[in-house]
Amino acid sequence: MSFPWANEYKPSHPFMQWMDERLPVPRLVYNAVGAGYPVPRNLNYWWNFGFMALICLTIQIVTGIVLAMHYAANAGIAFDSVEHIMRDVNWGWLMRYVHANGASAFFVVIYIHIFRGFYYGSYKAPREMVWLLGVVIFLLMMATAFMGYVLPWGQMSFWGAKVITGLFGAIPLVGEPLQQWLLGGFAPGNAALNRFFSLHYLLPFVIVGVVVLHIWALHTPGSNNPTGVPVKSESDTVPFYPYFIAKDGWTVGAFLFVLAALTFFAPNLLGHPDNYIPANPMATPAHIVPEWYFWPFYAILRAFTQNFLFFDAKLLGVLAMFGSILIWFFLPWLDKSPVRSATYRPLYRKFFWVLMVAMAVLFYCGGKPAEEPYVVMSQLATLYYFAHFLIIVPIVSSIERPDPLPYSITEAVLDEDEGAALSPAQ
Amino acid sequence: MAEEAVTDTPELAAGDGVRRRDFINLAAVSAAGVGGLATLVPLVSQMSASADVLAASSTEVDISAIKPGQSIKAIFRDQPLFVRNLTPAEISEANKVALGDLRDPQTLADRTKEGKENWLITMAVCTHLGCVPLGGGEGEPRGEFGGYFCPCHGSHYDTAARIRKGPAPLNLEVPEYEFTSDTVVKIG
Repeated sequence: MSFPWANEYKPSHPFMQWMDERLPVPRLVYNAVGAGYPVPRNLNYWWNFGFMALICLTIQIVTGIVLAMHYAANAGIAFDSVEHIMRDVNWGWLMRYVHANGASAFFVVIYIHIFRGFYYGSYKAPREMVWLLGVVIFLLMMATAFMGYVLPWGQMSFWGAKVITGLFGAIPLVGEPLQQWLLGGFAPGNAALNRFFSLHYLLPFVIVGVVVLHIWALHTPGSNNPTGVPVKSESDTVPFYPYFIAKDGWTVGAFLFVLAALTFFAPNLLGHPDNYIPANPMATPAHIVPEWYFWPFYAILRAFTQNFLFFDAKLLGVLAMFGSILIWFFLPWLDKSPVRSATYRPLYRKFFWVLMVAMAVLFYCGGKPAEEPYVVMSQLATLYYFAHFLIIVPIVSSIERPDPLPYSITEAVLDEDEGAALSPAQ
Repeated sequence: MAEEAVTDTPELAAGDGVRRRDFINLAAVSAAGVGGLATLVPLVSQMSASADVLAASSTEVDISAIKPGQSIKAIFRDQPLFVRNLTPAEISEANKVALGDLRDPQTLADRTKEGKENWLITMAVCTHLGCVPLGGGEGEPRGEFGGYFCPCHGSHYDTAARIRKGPAPLNLEVPEYEFTSDTVVKIG
């Protein structure tokens, strides 16, 4: 980061100086999360979720590698191997429950992290690359989670795989051959399970790589802040270490408390009981639903029930479902407002909350059977969802009259407390 | 409170007492450290033998049907096992051998349980290169010393399954076992 007042890395120990001349990793860490990275001093707790997401990723990788020591990816024994983990492996039940609930926790954290971006304009210039990389990370997470859920080879594993791989069949011309190529067969089976295991192990490390780029892309212009006003002087910032290490440490503690409460006292709350039944290709469960974090997108998929021109309903649903995430890529250019933060955008703020309500409706409908009234509710919510990004955001950002912005972060912080005086950060 | 933050100097003279912030810092880092160590325990322990492996690490053998002079072969930890009921003649023959004559000196008493010297329980793995010796089944050759005979390279074991002739360096291994009753032996 190129703020001129940033603390400089000055190793005092001779070994650290030796290291710095040959492979400056300590310098990299110092400048990324140490005292060398100045951060706006007014960040609120919505900014803690990025660090928390990194903790989630670490937990998933560690528990995942450990589970992979005991899991068998063959369709004949996969389900049994998971029961072996739960019953025979030392602490296996804990590893499995932490991994499963950790995945849910990961998605909670990431949704809050993304919605923070929507509200505070984190996707706007000069942070477009941070945003684009973030959407890529989200897509990779969804692929990883989907494949991971298939691995226990329960009823929901199998039928979820059937539905989602079946979507590829909707693509005109190449759909069927593509689907069979992906599956290595005509339906999810041993071939699909084995390759899902391989890819499920691989993708988290791809995610790590993209996260590194994501953080690099953030640290180049520096962090945004709740006012959206850029950093102007030294009094606007504090060094990441110790202030935000401490603050992030606190929320990581709170997060682990919640994860522990879920893991130890309600480990199957967020799961579907049908996944404790071994996969049976001959018997379809009454209601096939994915894990809760996919419900909004599942609702969009199922909202399309009518054919339109030469697009059949299935294809429309698929396009809309992928489109609902791909549209986020265009947000920096759909939103034309020069003001970043919704704090100072009264009209945009209202529509942000309507979007949150629409997503809540989609979430709710996604977990329900594909019957009325949930179908019409999904359709209305989907309509709003796309209208929000394609129509409302561009128009509102052009015509809106924002509130007056504070001159600087320092001014915004001081204004809140009449008697405050800023002492220089140590 | 604001006064303290602005006028408090970072350098404290020694003996001024622990500052609140230092106490909180130390307590938090210590708690995190204990948490970290506690997290490590399951991660390391999960690699140790799981319950099903441990369950297979013990085998119970019913010896009620084995008459004096008979022996059976069983499986213990995926390897063959000899359970033999020695005749009184076999026992006295074993006890007559001088320890100095043995490559791997052990008495029969060393290799059996007190009060149960007729029960000879050994691994059926030749200590040379691992073949299964003959002599555990009906009609099999028992070698020059009346115990077991390994056909691979000609190792001869006596009635106490001790090596007497041939390339094997050690007596047939006696695994850990105990009599859970007069008719059942738990090996391992």
